[in-house]
Amino acid sequence: MAAVAASVAGRPPIISLRGVTKVYGAGATMFQALKGVDLDIAEGDFVAVMGPSGSGKSTTMNILGCLDVPSGGSFTFRGQHIELLSRDQRALVRRRYLGFVFQGFNLLARTTALENVELPLLYRGEDRKARRDLGMAALDKVGLANWWDHTPAELSGGQQQRVAIARAIVTNPDVLLADEPTGNLDSERSVEIMELLTDLNRNSNITVLMVTHEPDMAAFARTIVHFKDGLVERIDQGHRSGAKVEA
Amino acid sequence: MLGTTFILAIRSIRRHLLRSFLTTLGIVIGVAAVVAMVTLGKATTVSVQQSVASLGTNVLQIRPGQGFGRGGGGPRPPDFKQSDVDAVARQVAGVKAVAPQAQATGTAIYEGSNWSTTINGTTLSFLDVQPWPLQSGRYFTPTEEAAGKLVCILGNTVYQNLYRGGEAVGTRMRIAGISCDVIGVLTARGQGGFGDQDDTVIMPIKAVQRRFSGNRDIRLMLVGVDSAYATSTVQASIEDLLRERRNITGGKSDDFNIFDTKQISDTLTGITTALTGVVTAVAAISLVVGGIGIMNIMLVSVTERTREIGIRLAIGAVAREVLMQFLVEAIVLSMLGGLIGLLIAQLVVVGLSPALKVDYLFDPQINLIAFAISGLIGVVFGYFPARRAASLNPIDALRHE
Repeated sequence: MAAVAASVAGRPPIISLRGVTKVYGAGATMFQALKGVDLDIAEGDFVAVMGPSGSGKSTTMNILGCLDVPSGGSFTFRGQHIELLSRDQRALVRRRYLGFVFQGFNLLARTTALENVELPLLYRGEDRKARRDLGMAALDKVGLANWWDHTPAELSGGQQQRVAIARAIVTNPDVLLADEPTGNLDSERSVEIMELLTDLNRNSNITVLMVTHEPDMAAFARTIVHFKDGLVERIDQGHRSGAKVEA
Repeated sequence: MLGTTFILAIRSIRRHLLRSFLTTLGIVIGVAAVVAMVTLGKATTVSVQQSVASLGTNVLQIRPGQGFGRGGGGPRPPDFKQSDVDAVARQVAGVKAVAPQAQATGTAIYEGSNWSTTINGTTLSFLDVQPWPLQSGRYFTPTEEAAGKLVCILGNTVYQNLYRGGEAVGTRMRIAGISCDVIGVLTARGQGGFGDQDDTVIMPIKAVQRRFSGNRDIRLMLVGVDSAYATSTVQASIEDLLRERRNITGGKSDDFNIFDTKQISDTLTGITTALTGVVTAVAAISLVVGGIGIMNIMLVSVTERTREIGIRLAIGAVAREVLMQFLVEAIVLSMLGGLIGLLIAQLVVVGLSPALKVDYLFDPQINLIAFAISGLIGVVFGYFPARRAASLNPIDALRHE
């Protein structure tokens, strides 16, 4: 039986999953990763997705990130049925509305911080000056304006993740999807990144979806969705949003 | 869109300079080889045409015998007589002038130097057939020609070897044991395709017949054709006339041959063109190999940059944009290679021209074609790797280590 839909009081859901299933392979090797997920995410929410590996949280995030399509059920983003879109149409949804932050940072090597941040703007067809201005503004937001001409190899892990966040927000997306963003960082850097995400969530009105397995990090979120065995097991709401982890 | 992919391609090439250079090396060598070969081939053709032209344009050479390379078999056909020369000059329409030639060989001696050369006896009409300016001195006069005086005009090679730049006109030299007055030195015509035309001594024909060959036979007629007439028509008329005069009837073949210098030129041009074609085809193979090299490296590059492709797709690049990026990268690479190849080809041509005794020649057409082909190679061999990159699944690509 599917879990109850979550919603923040008064706000319409920006994302709705209804009976979403996902099956990999066929026959003897068939594996059902999602068994009918129902989930609403309100605009402006900060959602942490937790669960053991194999619980379906990564598969759900891939579907929410429009990188993958459900095998069954429906996924609406701002009322639009994503599961009906073509590969390229989903790419355009990602381009316009989504930002991605990965555990492994995934910056382009031998490429300056600014060029990395400008990358999504290139695909948006922004001109050189707009790319530069928006890119520098995004780097400024993550506190790395002075590091714009450094390549990833010259930056620390925390700084690289900040550049990655700058790249994700440079297009001013509606939703920021973060896949274990602090997985490769020490606890001090992790807290900095979480504070940055919290700040973006509050002050830039970006809906944040974050996969994590660290309760300390999940504690920054307003809503925590627990996955188990391909289903939403439990949703904790009205969490101590934006609270700092006590030392 | 295209501007964006172009920027991306340039950035990517710049980030991997060494690899990019090695990738494109095949194209560099291929284009350089093809362009250098074609250019040198064309230069050789031009040079052959020029040396044939130096024999005279619109000139027919008539010799007894059946042309090149007929050895033995039957009696030697008779040489021409003065009456044949007069007949050709008077009776054939389109003939501007006929210069008879009697030839002998001998060693020319002046002071300590000697030089073995060909003595050409002719009439002043050889200048009407084909002008040959003097470097110094004068031609012989009609009186000297009629009298068969022992006066000689030196070809430039003979002059250089006997006088080594000194004054020749007014001196006496000995040739084949007979002394003659040097009255002129001819300008150099240069090395033709048929030996050194400047290695000659020109004298009045009667002097040569009387003192050297000992008969009145004429070994060669040079016929100058009026440019208003087709040489082939004139050639046919001369052939008919000479067959009649030499009593050749019915199905019997000519016992003389008429060579059109234009025809020789065409034949030789055909040969050099064919040779150029063969060498160019071999060079073109290296272009194809270069293209395969590009495809190889681009495929490796796609695998190596799988994660990068994943990032781009996640960020919102559509498949076509990724395809275009890799395709444009391949095209830019191979065109850069083509450009470098063109530069190297010019250096090769400049370097080899003197050794091949041809003039440097820049042919914009072959350079343009080679450049276009290098771009085409980028398209053809870049498409497959680019399509592979574009078809990657973003999730798998992002997970790729």
